[in-house]
Amino acid sequence: MANAHAHEPGLLRRYVFSTDHKTIAKQYLFTGIFMGIVGGLLAYVIRVHLATNGQPVPGFGAVGPQQYNSVVTMHGTIMIFWVAMPILLAALGNFLIPLMIGARDMAFPRLNMLSYWIFFLSTVILLVSFFVPGGAAAGGWTSYPPLAVSPQYSGETWGVALWLLAVALEFAAFLMGGINFITTAINLRAPGMRLFDMPLMVWMQLSASVIFLFSVGPLIAGAILLLLDRVVGTGFYDPARGGDPVLFQHLFWFFGHPEVYVILLPGLGAIAEILPVFARKPIFGYRMIVYATLITGVLSFLVWAHHQFVAGIDPRLATPFSVTTILISVPIAVMLFAFIATLYQGSISLETPMLWALGMLVVFLLGGVTGIHLGSAASDIYLHDTYFVVAHFHYTLIPPVVFSFFAAFYYWYPKMFGRRLNEVLGHLHFWPTLVFFNLTFLPMFVLGFAGHHRRIANPQFFEALRDPTLVRMQWLATVGAVGMLVAQIPFLVNLVWSAWRGAPAGENPWRANTLEWTTPSPPPHGNFAGPPVVYRGPYEYSVPGRSEDWWPQTLAPERGAGA
Amino acid sequence: MSSWLPEAASSYAGDLDRLLTLITIIVGVWFLLAEAVLIGFVVRYRRRPGRRAAYLPATSLRSMSFVLAPCALILGFDLVIDALSAPVWEKVKLELPPHDELVRIQGEAWQWRITYPGADGRLDTADDVQTLNELHVPLEKTILFELTARDVLHSLWIPELRLKQDAVPGRSIRGWFRATREGEYAVVCAEICGIAHTFMAGKLRVESEAEYRQWLQSRAPASAPAQG
Repeated sequence: MANAHAHEPGLLRRYVFSTDHKTIAKQYLFTGIFMGIVGGLLAYVIRVHLATNGQPVPGFGAVGPQQYNSVVTMHGTIMIFWVAMPILLAALGNFLIPLMIGARDMAFPRLNMLSYWIFFLSTVILLVSFFVPGGAAAGGWTSYPPLAVSPQYSGETWGVALWLLAVALEFAAFLMGGINFITTAINLRAPGMRLFDMPLMVWMQLSASVIFLFSVGPLIAGAILLLLDRVVGTGFYDPARGGDPVLFQHLFWFFGHPEVYVILLPGLGAIAEILPVFARKPIFGYRMIVYATLITGVLSFLVWAHHQFVAGIDPRLATPFSVTTILISVPIAVMLFAFIATLYQGSISLETPMLWALGMLVVFLLGGVTGIHLGSAASDIYLHDTYFVVAHFHYTLIPPVVFSFFAAFYYWYPKMFGRRLNEVLGHLHFWPTLVFFNLTFLPMFVLGFAGHHRRIANPQFFEALRDPTLVRMQWLATVGAVGMLVAQIPFLVNLVWSAWRGAPAGENPWRANTLEWTTPSPPPHGNFAGPPVVYRGPYEYSVPGRSEDWWPQTLAPERGAGA
Repeated sequence: MSSWLPEAASSYAGDLDRLLTLITIIVGVWFLLAEAVLIGFVVRYRRRPGRRAAYLPATSLRSMSFVLAPCALILGFDLVIDALSAPVWEKVKLELPPHDELVRIQGEAWQWRITYPGADGRLDTADDVQTLNELHVPLEKTILFELTARDVLHSLWIPELRLKQDAVPGRSIRGWFRATREGEYAVVCAEICGIAHTFMAGKLRVESEAEYRQWLQSRAPASAPAQG
């Protein structure tokens, strides 16, 4: 079971144990999409259960309180660790880094293959955990002790142990990937490509990998201590034996908050590649964006305790963490405003990749500003653990994980599969997704302001939450979630149909500058016929004095031209 | 927005609501501005035949300032929000004003165990008054609470009081509130705590001093020896 390639029969034999970065990227991509469908169906169960006041969910059945906890836990776990990470980091990074810097493959192709297969194993373990006695983990995706090690209260028996094993294996896989990304980007750049000639996507992947490497250690330590508490019966988090449950929260969020930027940065990287191509303009302030990325990376390590303002930490710690958290809005604003400025006096065409890129900015802005509500320690007293938080993090994570991913998918699909996607189906995918996404999560801000706490199986239990407005909001969110799932059908149809019937893409269908567009689509093993030579940065669009409005990085300057 | 908040029933609810409203206004204006510019640019600069895009790579600090200047303004607003937030946090979570009543609230899977000190004013003595899920407090009196947890994490959440604090096994966390409105409010657990997490709910009753005393009397242990 858990065969992620089930919908691509025939590929399995050809593609197993390949060391080609493009094949590994596709393996991560399809595993991620498969897990995205699983996570999406769990969201459907949550939403229908909540809106119908506990009626049996069509196609799933009645959801008991323990099962509800389990479904919520696994939805979060899958979407963050088995969808966002494999797609944004592993699939996009694997496919694009070598192609964008003019390398034949990753620095360590075998390590790369090992990384995928360990990830695959972790996926199988996680999916198996649904079917063990006691069901899957049910203590929230953050797996806080003591609940995570207290089967008598959570109801699970094997779930948490398998959850911890799967997560630890997965992080081992991404560590291998991260080392590969960093080594490749530093060492294997084509002749002539300086660091500041790298496409921003490569900068973002590189930064995300460095952030991940530095932050994941404490989490692995934390997870192993938790596994020992659960399996061997140690007391690292048990106050009765000298432990402390809050310690795990520190270790978790020391990783967990940088993790948000590990996901966000590749998402922003995709936007930075797509906007210049479809506005025919250089990105506005390339170096400024690079520096803002690096500053974001550093700051992301200094904000973790904002998840714990009311968790029992020393209250004197709250204000310093509140200040750093709110401060991170500045480098993020630099990037977003630079993206908006890139549109100024552009020549914008709204093909599907650009629609998703612009849609990402439109919705991410709301996720960004509502972070201030939660970053302020004082207002977090009220909003913490309410639906406001749920709305906020879906508005910050779905833009990179869904919108940026689809922008990237529609943009690089021709390179990946050699054929173009259907534009009409692309629009039929984008517009309903945008509308239903907002319909799902805007009402949750209202629920949060009303004090509706999250992670409860039956809101109708509370008199205050039986208020007709709040019931209507829950219902709207459910309509939105179901609509958003249905809106993915055109995408799946497009993905399969275009692979066989799409118009041939040619080398460079978007007239883009970066190196991946100088090889055949799909690129052959080894990517480039010979090592490409780089003469300029990646965003030289509409340069005055040139008849073409693009200027590939590899095009040799004409003799006597002053470029 | 403030109409969505439940009615305020504590002395610091006003401070928190004001802060929430101010933050919403500040970030709301920025949000609308950014959306307007973004969508405005997309509409205004749609591709038209014969018009070429401008070449604006913004390599100089001067041209970057179109982005950096608004970001400097954001930094300013960030500091304003910090300055507005810090005193509210301090008032709610850092300061412990002199109290009129003391109560221990313990989260247990899946109920709230409330302990009043009884006539001697001290906890852990024989005249302690214990209830399950029933928290009564007198109106306009400052209540000092000691929050503990028996088994797993819980979180004390009373929306009308704007009060939230996690309960952690092994710790006794002190906090305070002063209820300003008579009535009955839900005492909710806001931290996932296991199978029956949803149903872990108590009631807070805010009543007059006389009613409160009478209720406390009725709950005193039957064989209440005036022991010291």
